Amino acid sequence: MVEGMNFNGQWIDINVNGIDYHLPEIPGEMLSDLLRYRLGLTGTKIGCNEAECGACTVLLNGKAILSCSFPAKRAHGCEIITIEGLASPGEKPDERILHPLQQAFVLYGAVQCGFCIPGQIMAAYGLLVNNNHPTAEDIRYALKDNLCRCGGYTAIIRAILAAAKAIRTGKPVEPPEVPEAVKAHEVVGRIHIRPDGIQKVTGTARYADDLTFDGMLHARVKRAMIPSGIVMDINLSKAEKIPGVVAILTAEDLPGEKNHGLVIQDWPILVGVGERVRTAGDAVAIIAAETREIATRAMNEIEVSYHVLPVVSDPVQARAEDAPRVHEKGNLLKHIKVRKGDINEGFLKADIILEDTFYTPMYEHAFIEPECSVAKPLPDGRMEIYVGSQIPYSDRSQVARALGVPDEQVRVIGMTIGGGFGGKEDIAGQIHAALLAQRTRRPVKLLFDRHESMLVHPKRHATQIKVKVGVRRDGTLMAMQTELYGDTGAYASLGEKVMTRATTHSSGPYEVPSVRADCYAMYTNNPPAGAFRGFGVLQSAFAVESMMDRLAEALGMDPVELRRKNALRVGSVTSTGQVLKDSAGLQECIDKVEAEMRRIGGSDPFSPKMVDGAPHLVRSWGFATAYKNTGLGGGAPDKAGAQVELYPDGTFEVRTASAELGQGLPAVLQMIASQELMQSPQRVRVLLSDTDLTPDGGPTTASRQTYVTGNAVRYAAHALGELIIGFLSEHYDISPERIRFEEGLAVVGDERVTLEKIADLMIREGRSPVTTYTYYAPETRPLGEDGDMHFAYSFAAQAVEVEVNRLTGEVRVIRVITANDVGFAVNPLGLQGQIEGGVMMGIGHALTEAFWVEEGKVVTDRFSKYRIPSIIHTPEIHSFVVEHPTSEGPYGAKGVGEIVIIPTVPAITNAIYHAVGVRVNRLPVDQEWILHEIKKSGVVPDKTIFL
Amino acid sequence: MSLWKEYYFPSTLKQALQLLSESPQPARIIAGGTDLLLDIQQGRQAPVHTLIDVTRIQELNRLEVDGDYLFVGAAVPIHCIADSPLVKFHARALAEGCSMIGGPQVRNVATLGGNVAHALPAADGTIGLVALDALAEIIDAEDSRLVPILDLFQGPGRSSLMLGKDILVGFRIPLRHFGQASSFQRIMRPQGVALPILNMAVWIEREGTTITQTRIAVGPSGPKPQRASTIETFLAGKPWNRETISEAIQLMRQTFSFRTSPYRATAEYRLQVCKQLFVEVFSVAWERAGEEW
Ligand code: FES
Ligand code: FES
Repeated sequence: MVEGMNFNGQWIDINVNGIDYHLPEIPGEMLSDLLRYRLGLTGTKIGCNEAECGACTVLLNGKAILSCSFPAKRAHGCEIITIEGLASPGEKPDERILHPLQQAFVLYGAVQCGFCIPGQIMAAYGLLVNNNHPTAEDIRYALKDNLCRCGGYTAIIRAILAAAKAIRTGKPVEPPEVPEAVKAHEVVGRIHIRPDGIQKVTGTARYADDLTFDGMLHARVKRAMIPSGIVMDINLSKAEKIPGVVAILTAEDLPGEKNHGLVIQDWPILVGVGERVRTAGDAVAIIAAETREIATRAMNEIEVSYHVLPVVSDPVQARAEDAPRVHEKGNLLKHIKVRKGDINEGFLKADIILEDTFYTPMYEHAFIEPECSVAKPLPDGRMEIYVGSQIPYSDRSQVARALGVPDEQVRVIGMTIGGGFGGKEDIAGQIHAALLAQRTRRPVKLLFDRHESMLVHPKRHATQIKVKVGVRRDGTLMAMQTELYGDTGAYASLGEKVMTRATTHSSGPYEVPSVRADCYAMYTNNPPAGAFRGFGVLQSAFAVESMMDRLAEALGMDPVELRRKNALRVGSVTSTGQVLKDSAGLQECIDKVEAEMRRIGGSDPFSPKMVDGAPHLVRSWGFATAYKNTGLGGGAPDKAGAQVELYPDGTFEVRTASAELGQGLPAVLQMIASQELMQSPQRVRVLLSDTDLTPDGGPTTASRQTYVTGNAVRYAAHALGELIIGFLSEHYDISPERIRFEEGLAVVGDERVTLEKIADLMIREGRSPVTTYTYYAPETRPLGEDGDMHFAYSFAAQAVEVEVNRLTGEVRVIRVITANDVGFAVNPLGLQGQIEGGVMMGIGHALTEAFWVEEGKVVTDRFSKYRIPSIIHTPEIHSFVVEHPTSEGPYGAKGVGEIVIIPTVPAITNAIYHAVGVRVNRLPVDQEWILHEIKKSGVVPDKTIFL
Repeated sequence: MSLWKEYYFPSTLKQALQLLSESPQPARIIAGGTDLLLDIQQGRQAPVHTLIDVTRIQELNRLEVDGDYLFVGAAVPIHCIADSPLVKFHARALAEGCSMIGGPQVRNVATLGGNVAHALPAADGTIGLVALDALAEIIDAEDSRLVPILDLFQGPGRSSLMLGKDILVGFRIPLRHFGQASSFQRIMRPQGVALPILNMAVWIEREGTTITQTRIAVGPSGPKPQRASTIETFLAGKPWNRETISEAIQLMRQTFSFRTSPYRATAEYRLQVCKQLFVEVFSVAWERAGEEW
């Protein structure tokens, strides 16, 4: 066509990780697709597909680029390095030596769910290629566009600094300094790297979208995109004619249950003609086609008409008498009540009474890995579901019910999960993929794009919380009355449970004689709300901790002192009437954080301090505390099963269907089993989440896995040890006391018998070396009945230093000091990741995030509109681990995952008040409003003063 | 629907122009593609048939002093501009604006030509060019022409470039003379879209303590980037002191008609921060203009 062109556009010649490829050009293909789906280099991840998250970072001619928005053709003639190309060949044929960055990321605990990690490492690699002596500032600049929702930024910075040093000096990567548990045992409480770390830094960890099967179809879901209405007609005729479309299903085709739901089955699998659309993400039709592109085209060609109905857009409106009904039974999901003492009497005894109302928006989990399910029908009629799910057994039964088959006909196989935080507990694409696979008898992959992910999975409940609190002049809390509204969106999900937690925790981690709390969990036409790290407690903590600061001011008392005075301790009675019997380390958390805050911030940390040379910048500190239950509680049976087996090669396998979301569960379980069997962790494998092979570990929620499944593994491993000792004692005719385990063997009297041999002997004698244990957590009582509503609580205190710009209202977090009472630090390295990640998420909730919905329409429907904190928001974090053991927990451990985030938000808003005198009642902090309020107060500097 | 069907890499402007006129339509010029591809992907723009990638044309990759101006090729990656000592010296506002565009991965790919062609009223690269009084060099099949940078904008997202006809070759920025300097700064909002709620570039010429000339560009202060001509005129010939700056600030309310954009900022807030930004950006440029060299 044009003379003199280099080539005609038919082929792409590229060199990837040192290998030349000559590939036909596919129109419209991005580089990430070529790498992932054509070359099978699935280490390059797709988090957003919109150039926002950095997960797809690769190096092109030595420069970091985002491969998701880079035309594959454009790489023609270029050299590309992906995460798979970083390790160098070792001496032995299959051996690979990890790049110092890869080593350092594992060693420093920078790897959590791992989904962002290839991108982080590639961006860091791009930096180190040009600068092997970077400062922390250089790293922040270079990794600005690499989001990590697990919030491992501080560990990432430390890891890159260490890797750079190793590269410069040619020495091995120096290990980090992480404190061990105070009462560390041989294994638990010490520093161990996570067993899944290496796969995650080499790009070989398999997430659901990394799977491909022969003949696999691709699914898309036609969504209503209107928040409220009746489906009048669904016209498939155009879509069905598109070549490559294999099946389109609507509600008429459902073979089994019509709805799904974790507690209440009120969420339609497909909304049929004549049925009600309750939220924009509702599914109307599902399509399976030969390619994703064809499926997308078909989705766009399906015509649906609606009779549009009025929208219920907030929970207060939802409760109004004349509000339109979202569900036939009405808009009230649940009225939750907490009563302790006589509230009127409490207020009568108070000297000061304060009252205020607080507002929190919906928040999005924003895990970097979008939801993906692959369903694969087996020749024998069973169905396999490959998915990253927080509750595999619930997926199994929900899929089975929808398919109209018994549970056993479905096998859920857990894939590596790229972050969950509560957002992967409900059904996402599992049922839809399975229905299409059942119909087509072919494997079907249903991958959400980011837009869909943001629309569909349940969010954090938006709330309105009114607090009235009465206190005596000496600072003793007398009465606390709260009224909460929670927006549970269109479907129940875990709404009732979340709002129950919000309500029971709404008087804070304090002993208050009179408590009255009423919560209305309301249906609206917004996207559903459900579980999200902190589970309702984050919202009520914002309200109550803000009130505590106001009280302190009204009393003329130090805010730390006021908290200390009222803090729950052993012997205290909680708002639900539970007497705390042990493990209430709140006082120590407060002491530790306060001491450190005063060490750094001086004797008067809560006064405003102008920054030298920049008087428009003012800094100050804020303080907050929190508590959070471990486990399901409220009378729900809480149990987990685990299996431990000795293999003929002398290794152990731990099996349980509990989910690793990035929090480090495999490391915890591995360490517990090693501890019980006195082996090194390397000898223990952990297999999670396969409903055919692993016993039910229960949901991965409520900070319960270390405690509940941890105990199951502990007892299973212990039982296996006893089983083996019993066997050896019989076999060698020696008393059991003379048998003990050492690394790789058992010492039997004077003899040393290897584990290999033991396995062999046992199997030969028909004794299988495996034990199963189902652990039942201590019984709890339902809300409303006194007694233990929960079997353990974690506690925390935080102090935050912020800097506020008095000319623009901008707010920045400078330092965070945090102390968490976790009972016992089983896995200190993983714990550090959880703590720092929780702080980052808290900063996001306070300052950068808000999930906006307008009249049921999602405004923040892409990553570019919902901003989670990046490395540039990362403050200095000082962390203390407090260990007040809880008697039943494994080695004293209790939950960790949620407590870490809860105090951050109010600590930030309290700090803002101390800096500029502005009280924040509404999240997230709006800089424009801050400026507005500063101006109202009249002490506005004008920048011309600096001239 | 694939986003495009055919993708070409012409190596000369001639080939590019030929491709543009002869390829199956719609045909679009692509440089970094960071904005264009997302627009197509997210349905803000229809898929195209032909993409003509101009990043391998040498002429568009020039970054050099040419006679009495600095030439910045339209396909020069943003990071090269941000890091270039030449740009930092002659066109500091541009270098500073470019260093704030996207993240490093985006800056490695995105181009100044793309930033301008996308025609957002507050693009960080564009605002600097406006204050620096750049000329855009444009070529079509018949002719090449020089267009004052502001004339390239017709409205938000609408450039006056003729889509299937024009190719943006680069920008000419007057060289810096003694007593001149520029500066750029912006204010973001942490929630929502990562676009500045306000950005500003200032170019100054001073003589001793007198402001002889100045150019002030502000975005988004309307559908297109704008110069604050009233304030520029007011400042010309004034002494540099607090009164002058205060008076200039007083003129802002009548100079700009800021808009309220939901979820971003109200007009009033924009005006407030505009005043602050002005003091900051103007002072920095003033200091720089006084540097010895
Ligand atoms: S997947 Fe490319 S930036 Fe998110
Ligand atoms: S490890 Fe970064 S997103 Fe999970």
